[in-house]
Amino acid sequence: MGHWALGMGYGALGMGHCFLLPPLRPSASPASPASPAFPTPPLPHSPYTLKFMQSQIIDPAKTELNHHHAAEVSVGHHEEHPDHRLFGLYVFLIAEGMIFMGLFGAYLAFRATLPVWPPAGTPELELLLPGVNTINLISSSFVMHKADTAIKKNDARGARIWLAITAVMGATFLVGQVYEYTHLEFGLTTNLFASSFYVLTGFHGLHVTIGVLAIVAVLWRSRLPGHYSNEKHFGIEAAEIYWHFVDVIWIILFGLLYLL
Amino acid sequence: MKIPSSIWTLLIGIVLTLASLWYGQNHGLLPAAATDEAVLVDGLFNTMMIVSTGIFLLVEGILIYSAFKYRRRAGDNEDGPPVEGNVPLEILWTAIPAIIVIGISVYSFDVYNEIGGFDPHAIHQAPMNQESMKMSGHGSAMAATLSDTPPSTEPNLNQEKSDEAMQDPATAEVRNADQIPQLRNAPGVGSVAPTIGASPDKAGKPAQLQVNVTGLQYAWIFTYPETGITTGEMHVPIGREVEINMTANDVIHAFWVPEFRLKQDAIPGRQSNIRFTPKKAGDYVLICAELCGPYHGAMRAPVVVEPEEAFDKWVQEQLVASKETLNQAIAVNPADLSPNEFLAPYTKDMGIQPEMLHQVHH
Amino acid sequence: MTQAQLQETANIPALLDEPGIRKWQDFFGFQTDHKVIGIQYLVTSFIFYCIGGVMADLVRTELRTPEVDFVTPEVYNSLFTLHATIMIFLWIVPTGAGFANYLIPLMIGAKDMAFPRLNAVAFWMIPPAGVLLIASLAVGDAPDAGWTSYPPLSLVTGQVGQGIWIMSVLLLGTSSILGSINFLVTLLKMRIPSMDIHKMPLFCWAMFATSSLVLVSTPVLAAGLILLSFDLIAGTTFFNPTGGGDPVVYQHMFWFYSHPAVYIMILPFFGAISEIIPIHSRKPIFGYKAIAYSSLAISFLGLIVWAHHMFTSGIPGWLRMFFMITTMIIAVPTGIKIFSWLATMWGGKIQLNSAMLFAIGFVGTFVIGGISGVMLAAVPFDIHVHDTYFVVAHLHYVLFGGSVLGIFAAIYHWFPKMTGRMINEFWGKVHFALTIVGLNMTFLPMHKLGLMGMNRRIAQYDPKFTTLNEICTYGSYILAISTFPFIINAIWSWLYGEKAGNNPWRALTLEWMTTSPPAIENFDQTPVLATGPYDYGLERANEGVPLSDPNPILSAGPNSVLRAEPDPAVAANPEDRK
Repeated sequence: MGHWALGMGYGALGMGHCFLLPPLRPSASPASPASPAFPTPPLPHSPYTLKFMQSQIIDPAKTELNHHHAAEVSVGHHEEHPDHRLFGLYVFLIAEGMIFMGLFGAYLAFRATLPVWPPAGTPELELLLPGVNTINLISSSFVMHKADTAIKKNDARGARIWLAITAVMGATFLVGQVYEYTHLEFGLTTNLFASSFYVLTGFHGLHVTIGVLAIVAVLWRSRLPGHYSNEKHFGIEAAEIYWHFVDVIWIILFGLLYLL
Repeated sequence: MKIPSSIWTLLIGIVLTLASLWYGQNHGLLPAAATDEAVLVDGLFNTMMIVSTGIFLLVEGILIYSAFKYRRRAGDNEDGPPVEGNVPLEILWTAIPAIIVIGISVYSFDVYNEIGGFDPHAIHQAPMNQESMKMSGHGSAMAATLSDTPPSTEPNLNQEKSDEAMQDPATAEVRNADQIPQLRNAPGVGSVAPTIGASPDKAGKPAQLQVNVTGLQYAWIFTYPETGITTGEMHVPIGREVEINMTANDVIHAFWVPEFRLKQDAIPGRQSNIRFTPKKAGDYVLICAELCGPYHGAMRAPVVVEPEEAFDKWVQEQLVASKETLNQAIAVNPADLSPNEFLAPYTKDMGIQPEMLHQVHH
Repeated sequence: MTQAQLQETANIPALLDEPGIRKWQDFFGFQTDHKVIGIQYLVTSFIFYCIGGVMADLVRTELRTPEVDFVTPEVYNSLFTLHATIMIFLWIVPTGAGFANYLIPLMIGAKDMAFPRLNAVAFWMIPPAGVLLIASLAVGDAPDAGWTSYPPLSLVTGQVGQGIWIMSVLLLGTSSILGSINFLVTLLKMRIPSMDIHKMPLFCWAMFATSSLVLVSTPVLAAGLILLSFDLIAGTTFFNPTGGGDPVVYQHMFWFYSHPAVYIMILPFFGAISEIIPIHSRKPIFGYKAIAYSSLAISFLGLIVWAHHMFTSGIPGWLRMFFMITTMIIAVPTGIKIFSWLATMWGGKIQLNSAMLFAIGFVGTFVIGGISGVMLAAVPFDIHVHDTYFVVAHLHYVLFGGSVLGIFAAIYHWFPKMTGRMINEFWGKVHFALTIVGLNMTFLPMHKLGLMGMNRRIAQYDPKFTTLNEICTYGSYILAISTFPFIINAIWSWLYGEKAGNNPWRALTLEWMTTSPPAIENFDQTPVLATGPYDYGLERANEGVPLSDPNPILSAGPNSVLRAEPDPAVAANPEDRK
């Protein structure tokens, strides 16, 4: 249930992410009471409005705005405003990090208070598959970084290739996780270690899934030529930062659950 | 003759100080202090009340005074004087509260030490003898047989204390220690059995009287080890140091006697300990101070502090009563009875209802 | 020219001179305008305040007599559980976010928040979460393990109710986090260029501190509730002793958030009071930097005091001492604020309107709660009063006497800006009088009740406490009655009140440099700071000013750090136009 709610929250954030559009300026004008109350997005026929998430610098002068001052439009009048979305993502990742910190703290506490750890009857975890998975995930971060480097050199095609490889590596990680789950000798409620194991890796796996979906979404948007360039590539960069985050969390998780 | 404002301030300061000193010691807000520890806690509270009364009168006084004296006069639409700060004043009102809180902290630390909060033996007290090792619960036994990992060599003090308590048959009847594994204390992660140990002057010596207390929804049961006494009403003698070993059978409860000024959570899976020395005779109440369900408010038990002779007499009466019922019940075959029925003769005179025992065993 | 005239004149070019009129339907839809969202937050949370208040009065009605004679004990436990959960997560926390939403872009000269749609999403999570929580009463299984929901009790009592509680709190926590992301990015990145960090209004400092706390601490609550929900539904035993779990770990995770939560609930209103008192005393805020930094100090210290809620629960002695000391220390920055507010009032020209009365009430009442808080920090004393009515008294003095009085002060103060109308002063004063009397009558006796031995969360008590409990109950009825003049006044004034004009309080912060209500885009051009946000009285700076330092670093006089560098384009003094 908690997961569900969290999923909703992330869904909401995902939605919010999509909505971080070029300016959502209310088009209601004080001078025309008949204008719509809801701030309608700029009309579709403008080439700048169909493409979401693309703008680094959003030029309000090129979108439909406050009709009241339409006659006085000038560059100085509606100054360009910078794109804060990447900074917002970093702030969000602080919160995400803290959820994992809470779970890690609880895990360490259980480890210290149970009379025997791992609880009696827990088989030792094998390290081969998870180790391979770890190498996979860490490498995928490097691959992802190559995608970012590529787009910053305006190589959209190269970026797409690296993104695709990252998505595949991420999916492989998830497959590996599922394989491990189905071949473990303990279940969710077997004992406290087992419960911790599944909840921690499961929560992380959920985040990897979201990361893979984000990469797929970015790939999907990139199919239009010119959508991403060295000047506007927020989507790629955001997916990259998120992917690195997921990777770092895994490194800590792997250390705590498998090595410690 | 107009009195200069500095004289007014001085006079007000003196009045304020005197009022605080008086009220802080005559507030009448606390019940009787029935243990040695309570007297120390009350001293701390009185000091805090003196300081608080002073601060309260000062702040409220300035507030109300300003609201009247500095009211905007009708027709005056100008701004006031542009005072934006005053460094010496700001340093003063940072330093003085800092000194006050440091002072209260030191005093509190001292009181906490005096009542036994730092008693190291409270945590490491359980005797390490053969029997308690044999009687260890789930964890170490299973670990030895089933798992590759060697059992932890650190003592599980909760387990040891629990085992020690369970050696008393009366306590074993009312607790369900076999159903709840005892956790290790882990001070590093901030999770231990809550404890107030012996005062520094009594440190290292076992308490003169031990009472095992068990909390369950919704009653307190007291058992006196080595006497077989099980009762719903706790008696303790004046002047003898008492040690309470407590745990809970189901949810978290808390042991609180207001007149003792001591409170401790009773947590299932842990053995909490309090040590105190009663000093004032009277009939008090043990109150459960942690929400434990809808009948949390009804979970209370009488506590009687009485002189030594009266206490010894009470103990004798309890022993006699249990012997009489024991004699009566000997002819009955225990195997035919349910646990409630079996225990009923022992407990009916001691204020424990069969329903309560049913809850112990469910 | 007065300071207010200076600021207004300098900002004429930025003024969109027609107020932003909205249709009422706008307030019921998915709007991205921060002002609409702000009002949506405020009105929604006020409705939940009324619901939570009804629960409180039902609790107090039961407590009028020592026996359980009004509701069943199970229902009673649900009433106080819901009362607290609603007041915290559906009233005070969202109201802080509501004011932040409304005021931050205006105060920093921005046109909207950094992420307007995320902003709307954060708001719209609140009504469903609230309805879900209250619906638990209708389905017959409401949460009843206290708002703290400690296991093992919360695992053995009512699975449905507990599940609803967890779900609702997770949603509300997520909403809070999303809001705080917006506030942080907006405050850090969208101030007008001439507004450096030391010319930011104190409300913005307070919201910065609050949002940092929300960001760091709420997720840990989420983690704890996730584990609790697994225990509840999936049969794991993280906190269940029968399976080797440790209920004390839950307490650590819960309080890691819930202590910062109380600072999240008070810091915005500390900020609001720092805005209100200078304006209605016609004096600069005393000790701007001290107040600004003390907000940050409280925010940081607030993260390392949580286990003072667990002094009897099972933390080692040395850890009890550590948390005692950090809790004591946090009294110092709080005291700095109180004294600074007093010094702001001292020597001023105080206008005793409703906003100022509530602000004065705030200072006077909060300080009582603060004092009882310092007492609670002392471990030996806390051992006696933990989980008694002494704590209930403390928390209501800081939350009702603090946050709620602060909320009302802020509502009365910014009502003209939000609605374009003046609120009726007479009924505002009636509201204030009833509130102050009701509040003290309800909560002052609770100190003694706790000290004398009445524990919390009980429907039945020792008959010797009857008289004091009766007083508390009648006080709570007075508080209930006090809400009516406010509600009627607010609605009537919004519709028919006297028109307010742009700057009825002759204030200096930028929200007063627009129309009332502000134009939809707030400003036409970037506004400017011709004066600092608190530079009242500086037109007479050359006259001898008592208490002012000749060589100030933090304080008074023409060298004040508060004074903006005159903007050459708009400076009043021709000398500064070069």
